[in-house]
Amino acid sequence: MGESSINFAKASSAALQDQQLRGNFRRAMDGLMSKRAVQFADTAEWNGVRTLGASVRLRALSKLPELLEKLEANCTKNGIQVHWASTTDEANAIVLSIMQRVNAKLVVKGKSMVSEEMHLNAFLEKHGIESLESDLGEYIVQLDEAMPSHIIMPAIHMNTKQIAHLFKQKIKEAEYTEDVAQLTDLARRVLRKKFATADVGISGVNMAVAETGTLCLVENEGNGRMSTTVPPVHIAVMGLEKVVEKLEDVPPVISLLTRSATAQPITTYVNMISSPRKAGEKDGPDEIHLVILDNGRSGIYADEELRNTLRCIRCGACMNHCPVYTKVGGHAYQAPYPGPIGSILMPQVEGLETRGELPHACTMCNACVEICPVKIPIVEIMGRLRSEAVHPGDAVKGAGSHASKAETMVWKGWSMTYASPLAYQFATALLAKLGNAAPASLPLLKEWTNVRSKPRFANRTLHALAREKGIPDV
Amino acid sequence: MSESRNAILGKLRAGRDAHPLTPPESDFAVLRNKRWEGAERLERIKRMMEAVHTEFLETTEAGWPADVQAFLKAQGTRNLLFGPATEAGARLSSEWTEGGPELVPYADRVETFKERLFDGIDAGITTTLGAIADTGSLIVWPTPEEPRLMSLVPHMHLALLRADALYDTFWQAMTENRWADGMPTNALLISGPSKTADIEQTLAYGVHGPKRLVVVIIR
Repeated sequence: MGESSINFAKASSAALQDQQLRGNFRRAMDGLMSKRAVQFADTAEWNGVRTLGASVRLRALSKLPELLEKLEANCTKNGIQVHWASTTDEANAIVLSIMQRVNAKLVVKGKSMVSEEMHLNAFLEKHGIESLESDLGEYIVQLDEAMPSHIIMPAIHMNTKQIAHLFKQKIKEAEYTEDVAQLTDLARRVLRKKFATADVGISGVNMAVAETGTLCLVENEGNGRMSTTVPPVHIAVMGLEKVVEKLEDVPPVISLLTRSATAQPITTYVNMISSPRKAGEKDGPDEIHLVILDNGRSGIYADEELRNTLRCIRCGACMNHCPVYTKVGGHAYQAPYPGPIGSILMPQVEGLETRGELPHACTMCNACVEICPVKIPIVEIMGRLRSEAVHPGDAVKGAGSHASKAETMVWKGWSMTYASPLAYQFATALLAKLGNAAPASLPLLKEWTNVRSKPRFANRTLHALAREKGIPDV
Repeated sequence: MSESRNAILGKLRAGRDAHPLTPPESDFAVLRNKRWEGAERLERIKRMMEAVHTEFLETTEAGWPADVQAFLKAQGTRNLLFGPATEAGARLSSEWTEGGPELVPYADRVETFKERLFDGIDAGITTTLGAIADTGSLIVWPTPEEPRLMSLVPHMHLALLRADALYDTFWQAMTENRWADGMPTNALLISGPSKTADIEQTLAYGVHGPKRLVVVIIR
């Protein structure tokens, strides 16, 4: 599902001019960082559970094909129908065919990043099916016809006033109010009618347990429980990496997830679904479908280093702590997954041709690596992708697509100069004499001098100064 | 679609076999060692759940149906959804007295009374399998007699908790009781009333599920 090439530099420049947006993000992220620190104040506990969590994810990856087969077998035994999709197009087609079979007109959706990756709402709408987001943040973003700007808090870029105006404008029965309780209650009234009448409920999956064929969903609002319990059909979509081996692997991952994401010891609801409605049960869906999506993940998995991307538990802590994300916000990344994890995941999933700029949206400060609850070496992968973007033929889709002739020549020249003492002496002498005459507006220099002073060259080289002091060249 | 299945699994296997991954051992000691002494557990559960707006009603084995009725009457609750086929349900209906809120049985498939469930029920009461000290969570396993929506759709959820059914961690509850041997249709942890902070990080309760969670502690 490739989109046209994005322009992070331009979008982030625009975001930096928007004082309102910067204020909204600054406040939210500062709060989240300090609250999360309180949750992990016990360093020994943090180290223990983090090491355990990372081992759970690595163990799952080490047995990934076998665990997916086991998950399929146990889900099937439990009555859950399992589907496999290589691409987002295929996943959308599977979802649509289920909907058409049951003649669905209205779908209620819990929050799901994979469905964002599939652009599922737009796809269903094209086929005459209303797909309604039911997580309050997602609902706000959908009303605003925008994209989520954070994977945990989709509407974090808006403040109460903006949401109050949006509700007044888009919801028929809305009175203008900036009272958060009243706004929330309005959404409750609108969405309850939809839960009660929807034909199908869609959800994501936070974790799927191979051992028992169980789908785990964490949430605070209850919309996930509504979407997976009230409609007669439940469709769950998940990326193939979301499997864990055993049921006992669930508690440490959930603990890391909820504490990292929103600084809660646990979410209001932890929902573990293992089968559709059984004989004698009075509610719950009659059908459950699980769609397992690849969309480039098997390619990522084949590479020893890049494979670590698939450890991710989608907690969003890397965004909350990223100095770039917290300044420009999520929309500048123009991707379903923004921030550090998005900057490494998106180019691998959709290709470096369109997403090759994202690994440059990073200062290599390592804040995301220090915070990541499952120890993903994000910055190393970021460097690897920068290199893949300009070197044809390597592991990632679109490798080499960002190679530019000028840049290649500059680097070649650089390496030749540094490999030859004569060339080096000549070049440094030349820069000492003429370097300061180069105008700041030169093409390659301009990017640097835009926001910084032009470097000044000394009029004599270090070698020359050393020789004067009687230190010979080696 | 099995073509995709085989292609995906084939690619994963080839990728993994070319570069096998040896995972470190999983050491659960950090969860195994998390312990609280007897009375501390309940105190912690109360403290954690109260911090997210859960209410508590203390009562006894002999007196809980009457105490629940008195509580609901004082709140002005019009009716209470209950599971008539459970032991707790049988006690409620036999001890319920005239003049209190109406007892509404969840006796048929939801399809037959969805409209009333969504528009006409004030409160629902369920049992629990216990609670977890680490996170302040109730363990709820819906059954045919006590369906899933009872703890979700009514504006108030009352949950019966026996004061001796407490665990230290989620991990301890599931391993001690061998959950992996047979998971129910839907197992749940519930740690407070429905809530959201999606509007400018401001907490608001009751966005989709119950606006109030009342834990009835039976000693």
